[in-house]
Amino acid sequence: MAEGLLRAVDIYKSFVGVQALKKVSFEINPGEIHCLAGENGSGKSTLIKVISGVYSPDSGYMEFGGKRYEKITPIDAIQSGIQVIYQDFSIFPNLTVMENLAFNSELADRRKIVNWKRMRKIATDAIAKINFKVDLDAMVGTLTVAEKQMIAISRALMFNTKLIIMDEPTTALTKREVRNLFNIILKLKERGIAILFVSHKLNEVFEISEKFTILRSGELVATGSTADLDSEKFSFFMTGREFQKKTFVPLNVSKEPIFQAKGIGMKSAFHDVSFDLRRGEIIGITGLLDSGRTELALSLFGIRPIDHGAVLVNGEEVKIINPQVAMQHKIGYVPEDRLSEGLFLTQSIADNIVISEIDSLANKIGILDHKRRSEEIERWVRELAISTPNPDNACQTLSGGNQQRVVLAKWLALNLDILILNGPTVGVDIGSKHDIHGILQKLAEEGLALLIISDDLPEVLENCSRILVMKSGSIVADLDAAKSDEKTILSYMM
Amino acid sequence: MMKKEMTPFARFEKMYASDRHLWRLIIMIIVWMIFIALTRFSKFYSILNFQTMASQFPEFGLMSLGVMLCMITGGIDLSVVGVANFTSILMAFLLLNLTNAAGGLPGYAIPLVFGLGILIGAAAGIFNGILVSKFNIPPILATMGSGELFTGLCLALTKGNAVSKFSRVYSRTINNKIAGLVPVQLLIFIVMAVFIWFLLSRTVFGTKLYMLGTSATAAKFSGLRNDRLLIKTYMVSGMCAALGGLIMLANYNSARADYGSVYTLQCVLIVVLGGVNPNGGKGKISGVVLAIILLRMLETGINRFPSISSYYISLIWGGVLILVMVLNYFTENSTRFIKRQMLQQ
Repeated sequence: MAEGLLRAVDIYKSFVGVQALKKVSFEINPGEIHCLAGENGSGKSTLIKVISGVYSPDSGYMEFGGKRYEKITPIDAIQSGIQVIYQDFSIFPNLTVMENLAFNSELADRRKIVNWKRMRKIATDAIAKINFKVDLDAMVGTLTVAEKQMIAISRALMFNTKLIIMDEPTTALTKREVRNLFNIILKLKERGIAILFVSHKLNEVFEISEKFTILRSGELVATGSTADLDSEKFSFFMTGREFQKKTFVPLNVSKEPIFQAKGIGMKSAFHDVSFDLRRGEIIGITGLLDSGRTELALSLFGIRPIDHGAVLVNGEEVKIINPQVAMQHKIGYVPEDRLSEGLFLTQSIADNIVISEIDSLANKIGILDHKRRSEEIERWVRELAISTPNPDNACQTLSGGNQQRVVLAKWLALNLDILILNGPTVGVDIGSKHDIHGILQKLAEEGLALLIISDDLPEVLENCSRILVMKSGSIVADLDAAKSDEKTILSYMM
Repeated sequence: MMKKEMTPFARFEKMYASDRHLWRLIIMIIVWMIFIALTRFSKFYSILNFQTMASQFPEFGLMSLGVMLCMITGGIDLSVVGVANFTSILMAFLLLNLTNAAGGLPGYAIPLVFGLGILIGAAAGIFNGILVSKFNIPPILATMGSGELFTGLCLALTKGNAVSKFSRVYSRTINNKIAGLVPVQLLIFIVMAVFIWFLLSRTVFGTKLYMLGTSATAAKFSGLRNDRLLIKTYMVSGMCAALGGLIMLANYNSARADYGSVYTLQCVLIVVLGGVNPNGGKGKISGVVLAIILLRMLETGINRFPSISSYYISLIWGGVLILVMVLNYFTENSTRFIKRQMLQQ
């Protein structure tokens, strides 16, 4: 292919005995939006790093604009017009927007003296390219994630860029910001700039990309035009497994609500929220990132208490002022950020499982009963199928899906009545996601009351019996999941 | 690179890798003992010398145990020396009052001094714990401040003079040797060390402490009462420091505001040397106890060389502390690297 922008041919790469890439070939043409997908550990990041010259391949070669390279350095890659935008954007939070934008070219020109006027012009030109408006003198650290991303894109465009690689660019963005990002990507495409978009989100892959490449365990399993792909095929290529969707049907719903919120609110977060939750029911709460859904979840668990309204558990009013009170009333909370809020990563899987119930595993003066402790651990490792050779291993050795099972085990061990889950499958691979959904549905059948807070609409539709949609701090719709679809929910969210 | 076959060397390496800090300390102690044996055998290897060491190290050994607990939660206690002196001065005044004309003490005096001393230490520790947990002051600043406060109180109470001339019975009792062999100071240290070992490895409190030190946020989301845990931790640290102070009172037969001022750095050095992670969440008492013994042996050993002035001790401690932390950086980094490679599979 003469007109190809970049070709990587038969790339092999291994690390200390692990084959990260096995005979992967890949190509991208000018103005093409290409999606690179794969589970965690499939070799996506390694491939990006090979293309951008961070790693050199063990064998295989690359072609930029028809020129063949056996090995490239990051400098070669930049000079060939390749820019990578990593998840952390590589920007300086304590400098202003202008400084962030102008620094690279100032340094590249080997200037010793700062000329503020020239820097301002460079920065103004850079953001004008994507019609992005921002205060040039603002500290970058104070900007939103989306704004930081725009700065990273503007900076990438300052060079003679032909290909921009974005590593999971939508992870921390709201729906509106994702839309905005997609518009910019389409504009870049018109100018002949190719985009390599790394994602494992199904809907994004379908929405934006023309071509796709899917890796699994370091091997290329499929590549082609997105038009030929559907969601079943996508899941199959990603995991090598076939899944049957199981939509939740509530079976044993209790008559009396176990949990009631009556006009609860928290200043500048949400207001006048009311709903009833029964045993055997799964309620979904969805909304945009700024809709107040996370604050609502935190308040129900007592992390940030409500300032008006009332919460009733089993018909009696309860003031949930801290997590201990919530736990006394058999409420558990699976947090949104598993890594910092849900788990003690460097501690053992065992301790992570028992930490919340630990007081009940000890005698009156607090001496641990080791036998009961190990029985509990064994029980939950088996019951939730946590795949580990040894529960004394650190929690960080587990994959995302298994880590989430550990968090679930921690709460289930407390024998709860109500479980609140904030983003139960964020950052979990498709296979585990399916398994976790199965676990949640089974728990509801066994009589637990579940509240799922999520912006993953297929997840909410598949697993919940009712869906509450939040917008700017209040509930705007109460839908029967069986009778609604993504479009309806979206129309209430926006 | 992974090794497939287990040669004796590889087996040793595996044992070493299972607890680097512990083995590194054991090796260092052995090397130092051999070195001393070769150069100053007769002056070091005597029962009397070991007894002297065993009666001295509990002073800072006890304080180190407290610092260790605080460091496991991700904090530190720099007020141990202040608390120790504060306790010993107050108790010296008490002993002065109890001393009768004949220079003796009533039978209840020593238990009373220990009981009251531990209470004073606990109160000082609770004060630290409240500063750290309820007022969210970084532990390093809170305890540095309270340490100065206690030292200041000591100075105000004594005008900088030593409090002495109380009955020698107290000092003589603590300086007894049980069965003519084991110093009482060592016994007190062993009791406290066993207590803390039990606390850390056999109780709910210990597990919670490690978890809190790993991530305060995750602890909050798991329903732990972080505030109470911290207050209890600093309280135990205060109690350890108070015991250290009571031993100093016996060893010097007097109390003064500036006794043991070098111990602050020394305690931090011991705890870090013992393998406690200054960021919290990791550390064993076995390592800390070995580090205490190593440090005492180093200091006594160095003292056996008349040509090395004792003024060099601070220099040596500072150097060792920095060296240990740099070494830790390298071992931590290499294990982290291997873990990352394993995760990338």
